Amino acid sequence: MLRDITIGQHFPGDSALHNMDPRAKLVLTLVYIIMLFVASNPIGLGISIVLVFGLYLLAKIPLRLIGKSLKPIIPIILFTAVLNVFFVTGESEPLVSLGFLHIYREGIDYAVLIVVRIICIIAGTSLLTYTTSPIVLTAAIEQLLRPLSKLKFPVHELAMMMTIALRFIPLLIEETDKIMNAQKARGAQLDSGTLMQRVKALIPVLIPLFISAFRRADELAMAMECRCYHGGEGRTRLKELRMSGKDVWLTVAAVVVFVAMGMSNFLWK
Amino acid sequence: MNEHAQTMLEAKDVVFRYSETGSNAIDGLSMQVKKGEYVAVLGANGCGKSTLAKHFNAILLPASGTVWIEEIPTTDEDRLMEMRQKVGMVFQNPDNQIVATVVEEDVAFALENLGVPRDEMRCRVDDAMQMAGIYKYREKAPHKLSGGQKQRVAIAGVIAMRPDCLVLDEATAMLDPIGREKVMHTVHKLNRDYGITVVQITHYMEEAATADRVVVMSAGRIVMEGTPRQVFSQVEAVKALHLDVPQSAELCHALTQAGLPMPDDVIRPEECAAAIYKTLTGKEPPRDV
Ligand SMILES: Nc1ncnc2c1ncn2[C@@H]1O[C@H](COP(=O)(O)OP(=O)(O)OP(=O)(O)O)[C@@H](O)[C@H]1O
Ligand SMILES: [Mg+2]
Repeated sequence: MLRDITIGQHFPGDSALHNMDPRAKLVLTLVYIIMLFVASNPIGLGISIVLVFGLYLLAKIPLRLIGKSLKPIIPIILFTAVLNVFFVTGESEPLVSLGFLHIYREGIDYAVLIVVRIICIIAGTSLLTYTTSPIVLTAAIEQLLRPLSKLKFPVHELAMMMTIALRFIPLLIEETDKIMNAQKARGAQLDSGTLMQRVKALIPVLIPLFISAFRRADELAMAMECRCYHGGEGRTRLKELRMSGKDVWLTVAAVVVFVAMGMSNFLWK
Repeated sequence: MNEHAQTMLEAKDVVFRYSETGSNAIDGLSMQVKKGEYVAVLGANGCGKSTLAKHFNAILLPASGTVWIEEIPTTDEDRLMEMRQKVGMVFQNPDNQIVATVVEEDVAFALENLGVPRDEMRCRVDDAMQMAGIYKYREKAPHKLSGGQKQRVAIAGVIAMRPDCLVLDEATAMLDPIGREKVMHTVHKLNRDYGITVVQITHYMEEAATADRVVVMSAGRIVMEGTPRQVFSQVEAVKALHLDVPQSAELCHALTQAGLPMPDDVIRPEECAAAIYKTLTGKEPPRDV
């Protein structure tokens, strides 16, 4: 059952977005999030919605996946929306008054704004992971952070940790599955009982898992040493990230849209 | 120096213990491996085979005695990378030796560490994957491959370094017969066609029977040594060390003891079949088996 978890939720494909330089994608996604906060008006947010939907179509990622990625945070969205509706006060007369609660126009505006913002942030960042494999994303992060290594920030080590984590997650999931089955075969009740009982029942699963993880780590470290691993110094990479002509066009197009989002602030007033 | 030109690995009076108080895992062991040779190392559990293997690329250093890789003593820290590049190690569990999340990136791992330029790296990675017969899986995730395929990925990751010697520590132990066969085929090809020296630690006597030389260890020392025929013809001595002999050798030995005289240097099934045919019919077998 644990096997069904897919980490990073990557949907391989061959669209322009899939093949785009991951560094550009990463930076543009960050800028997109910033712009969502800069452009706090209906025109700006309208553009951002059109943009993110357009990109989903371009990447041929089914739109219902947006819904799926939003599902876990629906309570948060509702909570912030309700909070804004009731607690933002405006200058004009309240639209509705329920005893001590007053709902102002500004409150509703603000709630809609926040909800759209959250949806766009989630949809945008999910698009990044949907179209970029974790390995490529790791490489991008490593390259983007490389200047920091001059300040003694362990960029290479961080990237190596991420790579190894990605490599071992499926293995450890498989192992957890195995240990759980082994404990069930010995009569452990992992799926029933009160919450407390179930948490307790997990201990005999976690301990062997940790022990085995440490043993694996030990062996892996040795195997890495055997293959001449000695830190990030003087390392070369098999694959180099390159901006293609198409990437440049996509980036320019994105920047134009971002500028439009920024300008919308002046238009709205 | 002239002597070193022929020798790939040499251990002289090596003693090693894991803790100050413990017993010696390696206890005054000396051995030589010539260039291009295929040596199988046998021995019961805990007799020090893996410990010896780790001395052959400076993962462990002897407490006393010396290990040389070609002419380099393993204590020479300045040449550590060179030594590790010369002697490639493959371990038992492929899952714990594969670092990257894509096959070809894993094969490139050692070359990335060595700082090989990108164009040359591409070439060597492709070559190594061809040699190990995993080229068609190059873009796959390692956890989606079978055990045998994974082990060949691990081998490719090591041979991409263009090592002069390959040390395999029970590299086939977790594989099924087909996977084992494929890995053995790959290793023999590397030995035969590319002149790579092989030291193979194994519990499979049939695998040991295909080596040029067999070394049997017990309690941190070498107790028997010779061609597979020489070693496996001493059925009683080998069994006394808690080891098996190849089934063919065992069958012939049993037949001899039962009163049917058989040659005592049979180690392969075909030879065994031919010998039985000859004994039963009194004629040479009709075709070359
Ligand atoms: N990391 C360690 N710490 C302490 N003692 C160890 C360690 N590794 C091995 N030993 C001990 O050293 C001895 C030799 O172990 P080694 O792993 O070399 O045996 P082996 O011949 O490879 O056995 P196997 O066939 O089971 O792989 C054993 O007695 C073992 O208990
Ligand atoms: Mg061992």
